[in-house]
Amino acid sequence: MNSALSGSLRKFEYEKYASLIALVALFAIASILSPYFLQLQNVLNILRQVSYTGIIALGMTFVIISGGIDLSVGSVAAFVGAVCILTLNALLPMVGNEFLAVSLAILAGLAIASLCGALNGILITRGKIAPFIVTLGTMAIFRSLALFIGNAGEVRSNSNIYGNFGMNSVAMVPVPVFVMLILAALLAVTLNQTRYGRYLCAVGSNVRVATFSAINVDRIKFLAYTLTGFVVGVSAILLSSRFNAVSTSNMGMAFELDAIAAVIIGGTPMTGGRGTVWGTIIGAIILGIINNMLNMLGVSPYLQGTVKGLVIIGAVYIQRQRA
Amino acid sequence: MNDVLLKIDGISKEFSTVPVLKHIDLEVIRGEVLGIVGENGAGKSTLMKIVSGIYTPTTGRLVFEGKPVEIREPLDAMQVGISLIPQEFNLVNDLAVYENVFLGRELRLRSGLLDKKRMMERTRTLLEELEVDIKPDERIERLSTAQKQMVEISKAVSMDAKLLIMDEPTTVLTQYEIDILYRLMRRLKSQGVTIIYISHKLKEVKAICDRVMVLRDGEVICLEPTGALSEVEIAQRMVGRELSQVFPPKGVPGDERVLEVRNLTVPGVLEDINLDIKRGEILGLAGLVGAGRTEVAEAIMGVRPHTTGEILLNGKKLDIRSPQDAVESGINYLSEDRQGSGILTGFSVTNNISLVSLKRYCRYFVNLIKNGDEKAAAEAHRDRFNIKTQSLDTRLEFLSGGNQQKVSLAKSIDPDPVVLLADEPTRGVDVSAKQEIYRFIKSLSDKGLSCLFISSEQEEIVGMCHRVIVMKEGRIMGSLSGDEINEAEIMFLATGVRETNGAPAPVH
Repeated sequence: MNSALSGSLRKFEYEKYASLIALVALFAIASILSPYFLQLQNVLNILRQVSYTGIIALGMTFVIISGGIDLSVGSVAAFVGAVCILTLNALLPMVGNEFLAVSLAILAGLAIASLCGALNGILITRGKIAPFIVTLGTMAIFRSLALFIGNAGEVRSNSNIYGNFGMNSVAMVPVPVFVMLILAALLAVTLNQTRYGRYLCAVGSNVRVATFSAINVDRIKFLAYTLTGFVVGVSAILLSSRFNAVSTSNMGMAFELDAIAAVIIGGTPMTGGRGTVWGTIIGAIILGIINNMLNMLGVSPYLQGTVKGLVIIGAVYIQRQRA
Repeated sequence: MNDVLLKIDGISKEFSTVPVLKHIDLEVIRGEVLGIVGENGAGKSTLMKIVSGIYTPTTGRLVFEGKPVEIREPLDAMQVGISLIPQEFNLVNDLAVYENVFLGRELRLRSGLLDKKRMMERTRTLLEELEVDIKPDERIERLSTAQKQMVEISKAVSMDAKLLIMDEPTTVLTQYEIDILYRLMRRLKSQGVTIIYISHKLKEVKAICDRVMVLRDGEVICLEPTGALSEVEIAQRMVGRELSQVFPPKGVPGDERVLEVRNLTVPGVLEDINLDIKRGEILGLAGLVGAGRTEVAEAIMGVRPHTTGEILLNGKKLDIRSPQDAVESGINYLSEDRQGSGILTGFSVTNNISLVSLKRYCRYFVNLIKNGDEKAAAEAHRDRFNIKTQSLDTRLEFLSGGNQQKVSLAKSIDPDPVVLLADEPTRGVDVSAKQEIYRFIKSLSDKGLSCLFISSEQEEIVGMCHRVIVMKEGRIMGSLSGDEINEAEIMFLATGVRETNGAPAPVH
């Protein structure tokens, strides 16, 4: 495909290849260890499970390429999920058509989510505060707002349609997986084939060079955080639809860690400047398979975090060796 | 019989099967200053990186003071007494001078805490011995480039280096500072230190070196006493062909003023800068390091906060708040700090060249990049600038300094600017690449480009510019034109010996 980029991509391609090899190896090991692993239903389940953080990880990929980080994604997911359902419940009596109410609530959720991301972006670019600090702050803020509007409990939707679409499948593929793949395809093209993607890598490699090259660095960064807010919104709506409810204290917990882990395992370096969208998807699936495998083998759920941690450290170690 | 300090015995080096050094033999004699010259990519830096342990050779060995030595990492080199002063300094900006000098081998009190007093004292003595006027507790970031280099040298001397390797030490220095460096080198030599001096500047090699070795394409072309060869002879051995005149003949600029800068002021940095450049004119901006030349370019580009004054392009007042505004108006900047603000080493040749002008290679509202067009433009620049690279997809970190500079130049002219602010356009570039760059700039100016030519090398200011403005401490000390332009006049103004006028440069 992109012949002009292939030079700078050669290394990515290799890295992408490496995470793909890891995925295939893992697949083989899992299917040997457990006869149930390869059953279609199990594979689809894994994909569905990883899709929620996978979608978030797509935005995280962009943020990390820009040289930043977003810790607030889990809290924003809970906040947006709660806002979306509360809006829906308020709209239902006002709007006669349930379908219309659901659509409006979803639009409102996506808009709020994008605004949350934009707030991060503004504070980081205009406020000139380090991304880690800003998003650490907004992580606390949005979680607390979510708890506040949901009275620290569960927010249930009064609509059946809302609880339905997230569970549907398109040609066997669960809707969230479908959405994840479409977003990944769009963002892969954005990263590799558009001016924005090129500028994003430039900003992440060297801010000074980017500034002198007439790139509006603040705008590029702002858009990366806003995009992340948007995809967090998508994920929050799909997840809240799955249960037709949002648990304001639990939803999105540790999502930021899973998303960052998927990006890193996929081969995008923490230092930014380059990255791969499909690698992130592979990274997310690798995490999902490991979880699934450990469950099937009856490993204590308390130990699963240890394995996940080792995989993350191992992935970065391998990248470091190659650099 | 000569006392051989270092014997390089059949050293070869390949990078992924590409030979960079081909069986190099060399004996470095104790107490000499040996010059190594060669074009970019000839293998000078690679050879020195092998000697100082940054690279390991593919074949061959090193013999130091009669004993074969294995130098696998910089620490090994340091222990036998070999010290490299790299082109890019290895100093920690946030630390003080004495902390840098003792970095990694700090003196301690019996309690285990740092003995700051003793380190400071030792550094003070060291700096005094070398007659360097720097305070030991000054932070590195407050030092000028030349001073940083002095600190690097002091650091090397403090480690009792027997062999000091200087990789193009003068590229960032002005003539005045170079003279200080020479005095320092002579003093070191009298103390028995052996120096290998890598440079592009043949005049310097003639001035300071006892012997000179010419490298070309990874082979030793000749090794002679410096007195036996003229500059021209050395240059010819470097390029392997006859050299024509270095500077192209000056063109005739137009009459209309393209860029006018009025009362440009950045508090504490620049004071009341006035200048104008006519169509097709090359205006020189000379001065010592720290005179504020780069700052003028940065202020015009809109990256200096609190800038006041007016900038007019073709008589129209511009409101430049960022490099974007400047580039959109047609003003482009070629940075002096190639790796810091010029190019992206992780990007390919193509992607670097198109970085500023990317908009023109995009289509649809989503700005999809037209790879074919982008590549075609990069190919055109590669041929035009004679950029040597394995492919256009090669990342810039794998190109030699001179070729990186050509990419940087290609990048800044790809948007077809009206005005080019060229800041040290030939820094760290060899003779023939320099010549090529001079010709590019000249041919661009023939086509109507107005160029602000900032340089620390007075020779090229004299050789290239129609008029020259000389700065000192953020102010314009005077301007020269026509026959007045010579190195002595520039030096008088730059050092403040003479001041013609503080007024705008005369317009003819």
